[in-house]
Amino acid sequence: MRKELNQAAPQKRRRNDLLLLAGILLAVAVFALVYTLTRKEGGYAAVIQNGTETARYSLSEEQEIPIADGETVTNLLVIRDGKAYMAEATCPDQICVEHRPVSKAGETIVCLPHELVIKIVASEPDAPDMVV
Amino acid sequence: MENKTKKVAFLGLCTAVTLILAYVEAILPPLWSAVPGIKMGLPNIMILFLLYRFSFKEAAAVSLVRLLAVALLFGNIMTLAYSVAGAGLSLGIMVLLKKTDRFSMVGVSITGGIFHNLGQILVAMLVLETAEIGYYMIILTLTGTVAGILVGFAGFLVLKYLKKAKI
Repeated sequence: MRKELNQAAPQKRRRNDLLLLAGILLAVAVFALVYTLTRKEGGYAAVIQNGTETARYSLSEEQEIPIADGETVTNLLVIRDGKAYMAEATCPDQICVEHRPVSKAGETIVCLPHELVIKIVASEPDAPDMVV
Repeated sequence: MENKTKKVAFLGLCTAVTLILAYVEAILPPLWSAVPGIKMGLPNIMILFLLYRFSFKEAAAVSLVRLLAVALLFGNIMTLAYSVAGAGLSLGIMVLLKKTDRFSMVGVSITGGIFHNLGQILVAMLVLETAEIGYYMIILTLTGTVAGILVGFAGFLVLKYLKKAKI
């Protein structure tokens, strides 16, 4: 009896594993689809420091923006070809610098050590759709 | 393990192994530079092994000591919040799934990997007060699944060979 159980269980587990995997892939596909269908081309890069937006820059203007945390400049945001990317950062991990350029509404570049988020938004400041 | 001293020594050894794995992972080059911050979760091999070899208690104890040691050695309070949320959620779901006895070590590990990412993203959403980074979960679920499969197989092999060696 015991042996039978032990022999049957692994196959059942393997089947459950595959079901789990299929479920995960399906959920990811659905979310990815919804995400790509709903996101708009962004027009502006919002700079969010410690949870509050401090500035917003147009993606149609080529510019280099030093971002300071208090007195010291910690990051350099660059906007080129309608995309925003972090060119420099003083943090040790450099994760934000390695992040690919962003241009679609809702996309973000996160710099955890400096509690800084660059978020692409569709609208100008104070436009109605800013309150999302 | 028949004797308590032996067990404590063994768990200490396991903690050291998780620290080494965390260190190895930290010095490896990024796996995928387009989406930064993705890790294999090598220390989870040991946590998964402990969960199956002993129980939730031993896995949680080693995990906790490892998190504190990593925070003291390489990180700070902030990174501790991320890792505790990730590791806690991950171990929690793995314990529950193991209890149902419906999944193999790989299935348990996959779910653990995904929930590890989920915990960290939730903390990031709180800290940064930005809900949009939740979108990262889409890609992190995929990478967490791949990492979970590899970690699951590795944990299974560790369990199998250590059992054979009667450790």
